[in-house]
Amino acid sequence: MQVHRKKLRLSSALLVLALGATACGGGGDEPAGGDAAPEGEAGGEFSLYVTDPENPLIPSNTTESEGAQVLEPLFTGLAVYDTETSELEMEGVAESIESDDSKTWTVKLRDWKFHDGTDVTADSFVNAWNFAANSNNAQGASYFFANIEGYDALQAEEGQQVPAGTTLSGLKKVDDKTFTVTLTQPFRQYPVTLGYTAFNPLPDAFFGADGQPGTADDKAAQDAFGKKPIGNGPYQVEADFTPGTGVRLTRFEDYSGEAKGMADAVDIKVYTDVNTAYTDVQGGNLDIAPDIPPETIETAPDEFGERFRDRNSSSFTYLGFPTYDDRFADKKVRQAFSMAIDRKAITDSIFNGTFDPAYSVISPVVQGHREDACEFCEYKPDEAKALLAETDFDTSKPVDLWFNAGAGHDEWVQAVGNQLRDNLGVQFKLQGGLQFAEYLPKADEKGFTGPFRLGWGMDYPSPQNYLEPLYSTSALPPNGSNTAFYSNPEFDELVKQGNAAESDEEAIEIYQQAEDLLLEDLPVAPMFFGKEQWVFSEKVDNVNMDAFGHVRVSEVTVNQ
Amino acid sequence: MARYIARRLLLAIPVLFGASFLIFAMVFALPGDPIRALAGERALPAAVQAQLNEEYNLNDPLLVQYGKYVAGLAQGDLGEDFRGRPVSDILEQTVPVTVKLSLVALAFEAVFGLIAGVLAGIRQKSFFDSLVLVTTTLVVSIPVFVLGFVAQYVLGLKLGIFPIAGVASGFSGYLLPGFVLAALSLAYVARLTRTALVENLRNDYVRTAKAKGLSPMSVVGKHTLRNSLIPVVTFLGADLGALLSGAVVTEGIFNIPGLGRAVFQAIQNQEGTVVVGIVTLFVFVYILFNLLVDVLYAALDPRIRYE
Repeated sequence: MQVHRKKLRLSSALLVLALGATACGGGGDEPAGGDAAPEGEAGGEFSLYVTDPENPLIPSNTTESEGAQVLEPLFTGLAVYDTETSELEMEGVAESIESDDSKTWTVKLRDWKFHDGTDVTADSFVNAWNFAANSNNAQGASYFFANIEGYDALQAEEGQQVPAGTTLSGLKKVDDKTFTVTLTQPFRQYPVTLGYTAFNPLPDAFFGADGQPGTADDKAAQDAFGKKPIGNGPYQVEADFTPGTGVRLTRFEDYSGEAKGMADAVDIKVYTDVNTAYTDVQGGNLDIAPDIPPETIETAPDEFGERFRDRNSSSFTYLGFPTYDDRFADKKVRQAFSMAIDRKAITDSIFNGTFDPAYSVISPVVQGHREDACEFCEYKPDEAKALLAETDFDTSKPVDLWFNAGAGHDEWVQAVGNQLRDNLGVQFKLQGGLQFAEYLPKADEKGFTGPFRLGWGMDYPSPQNYLEPLYSTSALPPNGSNTAFYSNPEFDELVKQGNAAESDEEAIEIYQQAEDLLLEDLPVAPMFFGKEQWVFSEKVDNVNMDAFGHVRVSEVTVNQ
Repeated sequence: MARYIARRLLLAIPVLFGASFLIFAMVFALPGDPIRALAGERALPAAVQAQLNEEYNLNDPLLVQYGKYVAGLAQGDLGEDFRGRPVSDILEQTVPVTVKLSLVALAFEAVFGLIAGVLAGIRQKSFFDSLVLVTTTLVVSIPVFVLGFVAQYVLGLKLGIFPIAGVASGFSGYLLPGFVLAALSLAYVARLTRTALVENLRNDYVRTAKAKGLSPMSVVGKHTLRNSLIPVVTFLGADLGALLSGAVVTEGIFNIPGLGRAVFQAIQNQEGTVVVGIVTLFVFVYILFNLLVDVLYAALDPRIRYE
């Protein structure tokens, strides 16, 4: 009954899945892009729906979509991502982010102000990052700093609470407007990661009246900050964020960036039920719903016309193979399974076009995506059967299909099972009884006995983010999300080469080679790429969403 | 009377401890790792996960966790949820909302339920009586979420009489959800009142009263209704307890930031301290209202006395 939009960013796929449930017929045609909308005037106010953020509004602790949406207009990072293409644009706080060897990066800052009038300096970043990386502060986005030298010293030893160090040795302030970052390994696309929320600067006020991290007054200041963040973005908060209700933002008139906010004020309203939010947009009491209820997908395009929009999201859903299980150790078995699944049929009939079939692992929202990189993802039932016959796979034993409960995956996993049965002659058994809290530890413990559903959403728009954290040897649980337990030195080496490439173009080329290798070994069968749908009232225009699924608040114009 | 109340309140203490321990144990018994689920598909670094487990005492055995909880409670610390928000803050924000919603619902129930019940009772087998019978049967058989969505769609969206959702608009925002919440109980109240009234009207004292030449108004109002109210008050008291324990579905449909929503979310996130804090409050509310109902009996029926 209750559809919960709020989930972790990384599991947004399962939510969108939870939302996609009706059958048949095509979705709406892609409406024209944001550029087609009329240029509006500045002024006016509008409202935007979120569900309650899960964490205090501290950038490095906001890894789920709702908190990130609230923070989006409040902060400007070192660089920003283009709304449509996700390409990195140097329109943020950093004037330049440069390196000769891809290992030591020099960041030069522009003159920039926080909402409290203080300057954004090198310290604002250095202190924020040291805070985020320190395990004692238990920040959800801590892993973003793991590739900076000295990260290990900020992780408490087992049984200890306080780590050995408090500052990352790879992070150095040169002067007020310059700092350097030294990585443990070269990473050509490092700047691409820096537009992410976790890297946002923090003002001195975050560290108490003295502005010094690690002093006694920090905790109280941080609690206050978590409710009423002081950012450096185009909008500022007027009062504390009230859980269950929301917060009001006003335009920050002294904003240092080029793209100032259009509307005078924004009401961020909390809803728990997407149906209610949708009804409120219909009734004109709410201006933007960044999500719509699943059953409205057929009617929304007609009802809202130009005011219904959709785009690709960064979400990627896959069926992982337990490569640790003897039955799935042979890559031919995995290839056969993948070829026996008709992805298009599932996205058309079950998801009603709210998902696209995936024929690669690198998402369409990042550079380097290729539409049909995966040879073994094409639907070829006969070849699949022949290929399976070459292996010693015992088709008389049923195959377990795993997915987490209560998130709307039953229908499509069932469809996959039916296709496997029809095309390969294997019976299947659905294993969908575990909630997420039980399902994830099971994935980490090699507990799956057959193909399992999992998803991924990007942290930053680089192909690397769809490869290294999911399939590299260093990402094996508990250190990462390589839950298929795939380990191939050749793949690791290619990713490493890509990271160390001379240019972004070269990096992408090598990442694609790594992807090719992966799609041959097929530790996971790519299934779907997600899409976002959103609607808005007649009062607003220029309602654009980026690949992270966040409405670009400062671009929205109010019709007056 | 005062001693009776004091005794009942003292008895509540062990009940509250027992209840909170049971709830704590149930949340503890939920399978899975809440911190791992909080992180999503990308696991937290081991040291961060360990730090969070430590902060929320998740590594301790059940009794130790409960002991730490009670120790905190003794100092007025209700604990905090996984985002570091104190449970006392959650209560402070949600309780007033739920109280308002409950009172609106109770007012609907009591006023409309009683009027409908009395009118049906004194005009037995009339058209109005049948109408009450049919409508209450209908309302009782409709699930609350259907009623909620229909009311929201017709009265909120199409006719625009009431706000669609939320309480930002003030009191008017509580009317529609309050009515939806009251609908089911309203039907019960009407039927209870009618049945009790019909039964009491057959009594000898009513005939005597009529024979004395009292007006029908005072026969019903002064003599019969008061006697008929005992089961209704019992029901209303228990129902107010239920209303205050939050209405997960109604609060969801009308986007009302009350207790029901808070406890639903806490159960989903396996936030033991939040669930225990709120549910223990529910238990306390139930105990209190049961006591209130018992005290009201004495006021309604002088034959009932408490020593």
